[in-house]
Amino acid sequence: MKIHTLVVLVQDHPGVLNRAVSMFRRRGYNIASLVVGHTETAGVSRMTIVVESVNVEQVVKQLYRLVEVLKISDVSDDPVVDREMVLVKLHVTGQHRAEIVALTEVFTAKIVDVAANTMVIEMTGGPAKVDNFIDVIRPFGIKEMMRTGRITMVRGAKGHSGAELIDQAAE
Amino acid sequence: MSEKRTGAQILCEALIQNGVDTMFGIPGGAIMPFYHAMWEYRTDLRHILCRHEQGAGHAAEGFARSTGRIGVCIGTSGPGTTNLVTPIADAWMDSTPLLAICGQVSSTVLGKDAFQETDITGITMPITKHNYLVKNINDIAYVVKEAIHIATTGRYGPVLVDITKDALQASAVPDYSKKIFLPGYRPTVTGSKKQIKAALSLMLKSKKPILMIGNGVMMSDASAEIRVFAERYKIPVITTLHALGAFPEDHELSLGMPGMHGWVHANRAIQEADFLMNIGGRFDDRVTGKASTFAPNAKIVHVDIDPSEIGKNIEVEVPIVGDARIVTLSLLEEEPEETLVAEFHKNAAVWLEYIRELQTKHQHKQQYLNRPDTSTMLPHDVFAALTKAMNTRGNYRVVTDVGQHQMWAAQLLDWYKPRTHITSGGAGTMGFAVPAALGVAVAHPEDTVWAIAGDGGFQMTNQEMIVVIQENIKNMKVAIINNGFLGMVRQWQELFEGKRYSGTPLTSPNFQKLAEAYGWTGITVESVDQIDAAIERAYAIDGPVLIDFRVEREVNVFPMVPQNKSIGEMITE
Ligand SMILES: Cc1ncc(C[n+]2csc(CCOP(=O)(O)OP(=O)(O)O)c2C)c(N)n1
Repeated sequence: MKIHTLVVLVQDHPGVLNRAVSMFRRRGYNIASLVVGHTETAGVSRMTIVVESVNVEQVVKQLYRLVEVLKISDVSDDPVVDREMVLVKLHVTGQHRAEIVALTEVFTAKIVDVAANTMVIEMTGGPAKVDNFIDVIRPFGIKEMMRTGRITMVRGAKGHSGAELIDQAAE
Repeated sequence: MSEKRTGAQILCEALIQNGVDTMFGIPGGAIMPFYHAMWEYRTDLRHILCRHEQGAGHAAEGFARSTGRIGVCIGTSGPGTTNLVTPIADAWMDSTPLLAICGQVSSTVLGKDAFQETDITGITMPITKHNYLVKNINDIAYVVKEAIHIATTGRYGPVLVDITKDALQASAVPDYSKKIFLPGYRPTVTGSKKQIKAALSLMLKSKKPILMIGNGVMMSDASAEIRVFAERYKIPVITTLHALGAFPEDHELSLGMPGMHGWVHANRAIQEADFLMNIGGRFDDRVTGKASTFAPNAKIVHVDIDPSEIGKNIEVEVPIVGDARIVTLSLLEEEPEETLVAEFHKNAAVWLEYIRELQTKHQHKQQYLNRPDTSTMLPHDVFAALTKAMNTRGNYRVVTDVGQHQMWAAQLLDWYKPRTHITSGGAGTMGFAVPAALGVAVAHPEDTVWAIAGDGGFQMTNQEMIVVIQENIKNMKVAIINNGFLGMVRQWQELFEGKRYSGTPLTSPNFQKLAEAYGWTGITVESVDQIDAAIERAYAIDGPVLIDFRVEREVNVFPMVPQNKSIGEMITE
C-alpha cells in the first residue's frame, strides 16, 4: 500500500464530486483526504485526492472513465507544495496562555479568537508540520478541531491550467 | 425551425435527428408530456408499450445488441424508473448502448419528496456511463445529442436522461445545432502503431498462439477483419460467450468457447499457449477462472477500447488501447517477413493438430453424442433438434436467459454469424430472454427470433409476451427448457453442497395454457419423439409460438470449472 497524491481537473458540473467519490467507494479504494475547489478557469474545478492504493494506475484509469474528468496527474513523486489548514479551539487556563502564544509563534500560526476560557488557533503548513503542531498543542486540551485536507501544487513550470485543457479539446 | 416547441416536442425531434426510430416504455405522470408529443411524431418514432419497465429496458437492449444502434427505453418518475435499474445495470456490464429516458417531478418540487420522486440519477450513477438531470428546456436538444454520442462511442454503455416535467411542458425555440463539446471524453480508437508492431512480432515468435475474441469484436463489427487476420496467420480462435458468432464455428480455426462452461480443449489450449492475443474481451472471471492461474505460459496482448480494462484482471505484455476493428485493420496492414510467417504457420499447424486431438478425446462426453438410449428427454436432445432446424431454416437469432439452458445453448447451438447470439453475460440477469427477444424481433422482422429460457427466468418477465400480440409481431418463438428447478443453482447444490435443494425446486403454471391465454400457440413436449414435430410446427405457424420442453430434471452442464479454480481443472462428468 502506497500513499498517492492525485491532482484532478474536472468540469464542475453538478454531481461530479458525487461521481468521483462513488467510484472510489464501489471499487474499494481508500480516500485519505479529498479537497475540491475552484481553479483560475470558470467551469473547471480541481481536486487533490490522497489515496492509499497498491495499484494507483487502475484508480487513475477508472477516474478517467468519468466523462467530466479532464486531467489526472499523479504527483506523488514530484517536488510539490503541499498545504493544509487546521483550526484548533483550545481550552485555556490563565497559566498556559503565555506558553501557547510562544508555540503559535514557533509554528507561525495565528491566534484568531480569544475568549474567557478558550482560544482558536489557525495554522497552515505541510501535512507533517500540521501533525507536529497538533501533537505539541494537544496536551493543553483540544476542545474542537478541523483540518481541511491537503491541497497540492507541483513546483516549477509543470502543471496544467483548466483553460489550457479546455482549449486543447476545442481544437 | 424557428417556431416555438414544447420541451417534449424538442425531445421527440432530437431523438429522431439522432437516429432513433423505436422506443420501448411505459407512460405515467411525470413523463406524460412526452407521450402527448409522441403522438404527432408517431410515424417516425415508434413507441412499443411494454408491461413492466424492466421488460422495456431489456427489449431496448435486445434491439441495441442485435443492430449496434442505440436502444431506447422510457419510464416515468419513481417506480417507473427504478424498474429500469436492472436493465441499466445489465447494459452497463455488457457495454450495451442504451438510452434511458426518465420523467422526473417538476423542478419546483424536486428535493421535497414529491409524489413519485426518486433520485434516479443518484441511484444509477455507478451503473451508467453518464447521466443527466435536465431541468431547463434549453438543455434538452443538446443533452439528447450528447447522451446518444456517449452511449454509442468508445466503450458503449447505458446513459440515463432524467427530465423534469416542467422542462417537458415549457416552450422555447429549439437549437439543434450546438456541437458536441466533451473536453474530458475523447476515446482512443486507433491503436498505437508501435504497440501493434510489438504485438505482431511477439506473436510471430510464438509456437502455440491463441487469438481470443470478445464482445468488443461484436460491438465494433470486426468479424470480417478478424477472419482475414486469423486466416492470414492460421491462428486458432477462441470466442467468449459474447463473441459467439463473431467467428464461424465451422471454421477450421475455430475452437469455440472458453471459461467456466467452455470446452476442455479451448481451456487447455489457453493453459498451454505461449501467446494469447485478446481482442475486445475483458478477462471476466467466468473466462479466466482463478486469474492468477490463467494462461501461465502465455505472453499476453490485450486490445481494448477501455484503458481501464487493460491490466485490471490479467497482467499483459503488450497493451493496445483502441477499437477492435480499427486495431485489427492496423494489424493487417503490417507485412512481416515471409520466412517468419512461414515458420509461424508451420508451428501453428502442429499446435492446432494437437488441440484437435484433445477435442476429439473429450467431445463425445461433452456433447452427449453417445447419450444412453433412455426414454427421458435430455436438454441435449432439444438443443440437437433446434440446431438441426435452425440450420435448415437459416436466419435465426437466439436470445438466452440465465442458467443451465444458457450454457447449453452457447455450447450446443451453432454460431455462424455476428449478432445472432444475444445473452445477459456480465450481469447474468434472469428474465432477460423474453423481453430482449421482443426487441430483437422488432429490429429484425425477417429473422426467426428464439427466446430460450429456463422455467425460472421465464416466469420473471413473460408478461411481455402480450406485447408481441399487441404489436402483431410474427417472428418470435419461445423455448422453455423446463426442468422443474432453478437449474443452475440446483447444479451447484448437487455438486458442492451435498444436494441440499434449498429454494430450488420450482412449480410452474401450465406454460402451454399460459401461452394460449396470451394469444400465442402453445405446445408441450414430454418425450424425445415429440421434439422434431413440435419445432416443425413452430416454424410452420406464422406467428408467435411457445414450446414447453419438459426435460429430465437433474441434468448438469459439463464441462465445468468450479468457481475460483484454474480453468485447467475442469470437471467433465
Ligand atoms: C434476477 C436473478 N435472480 C437470481 C439469479 C441467480 N440464478 C442464476 S441461474 C439461476 C437458476 C435459473 O433457473 P432457470 O431459469 O429455471 O434456468 P435453468 O438454470 O434451469 O436452465 C438463478 C436463480 C439470477 N442470475 N438473476
